[in-house]
Amino acid sequence: MSTDTPAPASAPPDRYVAIQRSDEFSDLRRALRRFVFPMTAAFFLWYALYVILSAYARDFMGTKIVGAINVALVFGLLQFVSTFLIAWLYSRYADRKLDPLANRIREDLDGPAQRDGAESEVTR
Amino acid sequence: MSDLFLAAEASDTTARTLTITLFLVFVAVTLGITIWASRQTRTATDFYAGGRSFSGFQNGMAIGGDYMSAASFLGIAGLIALYGYDGFLYSIGFLVAWLVALLLVAELLRNSGRYTMADVLAFRMRQKPVRTAAAVSTITVSIFYLLAQMVGAGALVALLLGIRPGTTFLGMDADAAKIATIILVGALMIIYVTVGGMKGTTYVQIVKAFLLMSGALVMTILVLAHYRFNLSTLLGDAADASGKGSAFLEPGLRYGVEVAGDSAKTFYNKMDLLSLGIALVLGTAGLPHILIRFYTVPSARAARKSVLWAIGIIGTFYLFTLALGFGAAALVGQEAIRAQDTTGNTAAPQLAQALGVDFLGGDVGGAALLAIIAAVAFATILAVVAGLTLASSSSLAHDFYANVVKDGQASERQEVNVARIAALVIGAISIALSIFAQDLNVAFLVALAFAVAASGNLPAILYTLFWRRFNTSGAVWAIYGGLVSAVGLVFFSPVVSGAPSAMFPNHDWQWFPLSNPGIISIPVGFLCGWLGTLLSKESDTEKYAELEVRALTGSGSH
Repeated sequence: MSTDTPAPASAPPDRYVAIQRSDEFSDLRRALRRFVFPMTAAFFLWYALYVILSAYARDFMGTKIVGAINVALVFGLLQFVSTFLIAWLYSRYADRKLDPLANRIREDLDGPAQRDGAESEVTR
Repeated sequence: MSDLFLAAEASDTTARTLTITLFLVFVAVTLGITIWASRQTRTATDFYAGGRSFSGFQNGMAIGGDYMSAASFLGIAGLIALYGYDGFLYSIGFLVAWLVALLLVAELLRNSGRYTMADVLAFRMRQKPVRTAAAVSTITVSIFYLLAQMVGAGALVALLLGIRPGTTFLGMDADAAKIATIILVGALMIIYVTVGGMKGTTYVQIVKAFLLMSGALVMTILVLAHYRFNLSTLLGDAADASGKGSAFLEPGLRYGVEVAGDSAKTFYNKMDLLSLGIALVLGTAGLPHILIRFYTVPSARAARKSVLWAIGIIGTFYLFTLALGFGAAALVGQEAIRAQDTTGNTAAPQLAQALGVDFLGGDVGGAALLAIIAAVAFATILAVVAGLTLASSSSLAHDFYANVVKDGQASERQEVNVARIAALVIGAISIALSIFAQDLNVAFLVALAFAVAASGNLPAILYTLFWRRFNTSGAVWAIYGGLVSAVGLVFFSPVVSGAPSAMFPNHDWQWFPLSNPGIISIPVGFLCGWLGTLLSKESDTEKYAELEVRALTGSGSH
């Protein structure tokens, strides 16, 4: 059976407007944006710095650190580290801060339905 | 001398037989899975989204299988082997790009859409114009990407099966074998998609991801073992073997090349590097075949988990490519790589052969490892083309047929039948185009697909999720503006005409100096979306409230 069978009776449009304007929802939106926007800016600038240095700071990038390992290689590997780190931080933040807020609002709207929210609590 | 030659011939034959056997085993297993999956495929949700029944880990593997294409495995390893450090730039861009998908797109898209990218773009807009635009851009991106994979398959087969100019295989010369391979790959992908739908395709991708990771892991361990797990010795040896010394380990041999005495050329080369960098990092979250993978899991939370798994798998794989690329430079050598294929696409299989000779006992061991890696490369290509075909046929059936032609009145059965026919048609078109496009550069086609996705799709997706005022006119402008500027600039770039390496080297209508359009066309996409929005008074506050609440909370999600 697919899980796509009738989406729970959709709330009437004006209910969505009411929810959207509620304090609870504002908290959720603020919590989401407060994390993802600065983090996006941060990793984008960090990546841009790497690309720009690769284009314009060749001497710096070529500086040897240990043996044949130079700044360019370490800088590149740090991009891997930062990507893994940001992904892990986000997942922790979303699990702790975003999911509880989102689940509460969804249950208000859809009723405490045994849908994926409940499932994912179990599979946790 | 002639003994040596005969020995090489014999090991060629062994490798060829083994490659074909392994490849046939992979085809048999995946076809079995596909037929099994087809029995589980009843509803439209099963066909388009695999019944939304996959776990985060399964989908993470499948995303890896969908994303790590021939361009990643063969292309990046080849670039590193020939140009050193610059190949690594691709790995980094392809990986960091996943943060855009994770932070801004995956979960919100999962919550508010159903089957295609356009479900989200058209959510609060007038359906017909937005869905048409989204279908056009989905199909454009997917076809560029498809061509790259199929041309890659054709180019590789002659080399991997050891067919050289002048020799034949089953009575076919190299050109006939290429065309036969393209047709075979195309036919298989049509079967996977029409019979197995998303379920079959997903399992094919999971199997492929497992094979690719295992193959790359084994090769990486062997390369490192050869250098007693000393990375510095490996890099030093690669640099020495390249003849370029320490420059081989620094950026600048391939991208952003400094041309002494020509400051304009140097400037454009550096801009081209920045343009490539930005297209790589922003392209992923606009690739339709990646976006529809988020619909195969039951919830936004599972979508998040699947991106985390994907980042782990893909990141690890790109670390392997460093060892593969530099290992090929050191152990195979540029001369031998270029002799096989000037673009370096065969560096990884050639490295496998060298490692096999080294560790597994002479020519037979070399032939065996070559055969395994060659079969993995074919599996890689097959899984990616299936994902691409599914994305474009879903969009054609669900966006264009059901919602534009039929006004949303098509039955599920009709829609899925149209999707199957669309897969057949798109498969046939890409087979035909690939046969004519055999001389195109594979890496260029993929980079172009990324640039088009970043320019045509990403601005519209971000605006619709985060900007209240965004409207139909803005969405249509964003998609067509980004699409036309990206494709248009490439058409007038040195990639198409006016350069010795161009598609049409004997013609010259080139005026745009960069080979990657991203640095211009991505801002154009964002600008068009903004301008188009302001030029229309339309604004649907209620629908935006519904989209935002559903996207953030998962209320009423499918």
